[in-house]
Amino acid sequence: MTFVLCGVVSVSHYLVVGAVLFTCGVVCMALKRNALGVLMGIELVLNGANINFVAFGSEYLAGDGRSVLGLDGEVMALFVILLAAAEAAVALAITLNFYNNHATVDVDRADDLHG
Amino acid sequence: MNHEAFGLSTNLFAFLDWHGFFFLLFAGVACVAAVMVVLSDNVVRMALHLVLSLGATAGLFFLAGAEFVGAMQLMIYVGGTLVLLVFGVMLTAQTQLVALRTPAGDRVIAGILAASLLAVLVQAAFSIESWQKSGQGVATAPTATPLGMALVGVRVDQVEEENLVRPKSGYLLPFEIVSVHLLVVLVGAAYLARAKRRRVPRSVDLVASADSTKPMSSVAASSTLVAGGPK
Repeated sequence: MTFVLCGVVSVSHYLVVGAVLFTCGVVCMALKRNALGVLMGIELVLNGANINFVAFGSEYLAGDGRSVLGLDGEVMALFVILLAAAEAAVALAITLNFYNNHATVDVDRADDLHG
Repeated sequence: MNHEAFGLSTNLFAFLDWHGFFFLLFAGVACVAAVMVVLSDNVVRMALHLVLSLGATAGLFFLAGAEFVGAMQLMIYVGGTLVLLVFGVMLTAQTQLVALRTPAGDRVIAGILAASLLAVLVQAAFSIESWQKSGQGVATAPTATPLGMALVGVRVDQVEEENLVRPKSGYLLPFEIVSVHLLVVLVGAAYLARAKRRRVPRSVDLVASADSTKPMSSVAASSTLVAGGPK
């Protein structure tokens, strides 16, 4: 911790934050019974990936002044943000449809296609 | 006296590295809020913690020198996507649905799996030597112009590169694909979530008008229709 406070923030620290967000998102997707909770888990996973993209694309964090991805990392992060917005819109529409038909958002009750 | 205290405080502030301090602050807020999203059962609190986590992530983007991506994260994610999610929470907020509980056994298994996944990821994050070298703290150029030029197909950040004979193309085609994809998805979402005319009350009306002489049986028929649902 004092290590970070003395000004040694590196790509690895960003990767750890991304790993924590990714893990929380995966657990959220697997564990929540509310369909909106599953959606929030997906958002967390995408954000963990985004942190990794930005960390690898940042010249500020790179040790020798040349980042791994350069500008590509930030462009990819922008595309991920856009696709997350699209995914959230269509998933929310599906959830509302499911709620209209079944009067619940419990994903365990979405078993109409169960054989 | 006053001057001395001022000098002491500036020494204290000079000793503290603000980049590291704000990194710890934003990273802590992001991680703790993400864990709270997992741990809380109330979907409204989950949405609040998600806002905190994504806002702190935008702060991390600013700290990494990606100020345009950070601004887009605040505007699109926190301002757009999460407002959409909160609307979903409000539209489906019934008392028995706000807090759906998960069985304790599932939580334990998920905790063990998450701890092992996190251990693997953290070990991988610290496994490469060059990722651990800290930055030199050089001021980076603003990224909005190179990003915008890259999105229309010109890589101004690679003009000095030697391999201009084989130039890396910009992102014009992915940009077009993503924009058309976003348009199609939003139209599809509006179509999916449109207000439909409910079929059940209409058929109830038909049944009720057909045998209006027997009101009791019409009530029974309507109740079976409602209870039967789509099956």
